[in-house]
Amino acid sequence: MKMIACPIQGLRPVSEFVYWGEVRDTPDPDTCTDQEWADYVFNRNGVAGIKKEWWCHIPSNTWFIAERNTVTDQTVRTFLYGEDGRC
Amino acid sequence: MPWRLMRFALSPEHPEGRMFQTHAELKDSYDVVIIGAGGHGLAAAYYLARDHGVSNVCVLEKGYIGGGNTGRNTTIIRSNYITPEGVRFYDASVKLWEDLSEDFDLNLFYSKRGHYTLAHTDSDLRTMRWRAEVNKHYGVESELVGPEFIQRELPMMDMSCGGHAPVLGALHHAPGAIARHDAVAWGYGRGADRRGVEIHQKTEVTGISVMSGKVCGVQTSRGFIHTEKVLCAVAGSTPRLLNMVDLQSPIYIHPLQAMVSEPTKPWLNPIIVSGSLHVYISQSARGELVLGASLDPYELHSTRSTLDFTEGLSAHILELFPFLSHVKIVRQWAGIADMTPDFAPIMGKTPVEGFYLDAGWGTWGFKATPVAGKTMAHTVASDSIHPLITEFSLDRFRSYALTGEKGAASVGH
Repeated sequence: MKMIACPIQGLRPVSEFVYWGEVRDTPDPDTCTDQEWADYVFNRNGVAGIKKEWWCHIPSNTWFIAERNTVTDQTVRTFLYGEDGRC
Repeated sequence: MPWRLMRFALSPEHPEGRMFQTHAELKDSYDVVIIGAGGHGLAAAYYLARDHGVSNVCVLEKGYIGGGNTGRNTTIIRSNYITPEGVRFYDASVKLWEDLSEDFDLNLFYSKRGHYTLAHTDSDLRTMRWRAEVNKHYGVESELVGPEFIQRELPMMDMSCGGHAPVLGALHHAPGAIARHDAVAWGYGRGADRRGVEIHQKTEVTGISVMSGKVCGVQTSRGFIHTEKVLCAVAGSTPRLLNMVDLQSPIYIHPLQAMVSEPTKPWLNPIIVSGSLHVYISQSARGELVLGASLDPYELHSTRSTLDFTEGLSAHILELFPFLSHVKIVRQWAGIADMTPDFAPIMGKTPVEGFYLDAGWGTWGFKATPVAGKTMAHTVASDSIHPLITEFSLDRFRSYALTGEKGAASVGH
């Protein structure tokens, strides 16, 4: 089975993980327009590429970020939130 | 028909012409450029030429015709949806399907089988009853049936599903059918070609030119084409095409896998679907069992197959039909599904003038092939949205007017 490197648990089978979509900035709901909010709620970047995504290792409930190539399904690197200086 | 067969038998050469011509050169300009020679793109070309007199059309295809999701689906045709707009739309499609072989003079092996969506819980039953009532209201043949009815029609099925998910009832949809999927693309392709449409395979679109909000041309791997109307019907490549015209959409891409077994004697007439078990199964004209499950659980732009899928799906199939344990799987494959958050397509006009979209076909596109072609041809030819597809516009994600089709997704996604 395909393996993913959890930053805490190490290499584990993909069936132990859940995918939670691309890492995105939430606009401030108090100040953004309805259109900006609709864009945030519905629209997605569906184009292939290397993307930063939220993943969770279910048995240990470890949430982390994976940089993954969505064409080849290869994980470039995984890290915990806040560990790369930007997100 | 026998005389035609006789000609084949007696002729030293193949007497039948090619299904469509190959054109060495692209023209400088076309009235309409259709991107994607799958069922939908070719159907739109066919109806543009046949019903609207627009035949200066070219269909561009990066690969070969019908090589995408048209040739990768599990060929189920039904109209037992849950929303009024969904039921009307898919019912129009089923009616077109029924005449399509005659329309093309090509046997699509359209085979009306009946379709059962199994209910394993009270909430499943509630949804089935809801769907049956909406369907009947719009004149679509659907009925909630109890376990006795199902057991009588399907004596070979384990009604207890191995003891853990007993079948409480089902939505029985008599018009449910299957068809030979690639023949659909070939039928539409041949019909369009005979009416003057050009089909260009191995021609990739690399850019779309937009000037002051209007489409003015398409850049391809074989040169530039001038056109004021572009229809985008590219399923899993839609986000990339939308990027070229700077449009946002909610489309996200997940693979959908399927597989077939070795052929067996005919034993399964209807199509069986179970959302709880993540299974759908039918038996093709060749005797193979055509099997599908739910979407892969994360984004991927690749048609690779996985062993997890085969194992998981086989396990669930055995819960319904334990006697299949010795039947072998002979092929598996994947298609790239362009999913939308409300499980309905995105069709019609866009904020870019002359750029028409036929996308968001996720896991429900094959059955819509004829009606999508027909309504998109109308929309492109008249530049006004066909009444059957007004609820499916891209604009619904700006106006928070999503459809409620999620309840009828036949398999849990």
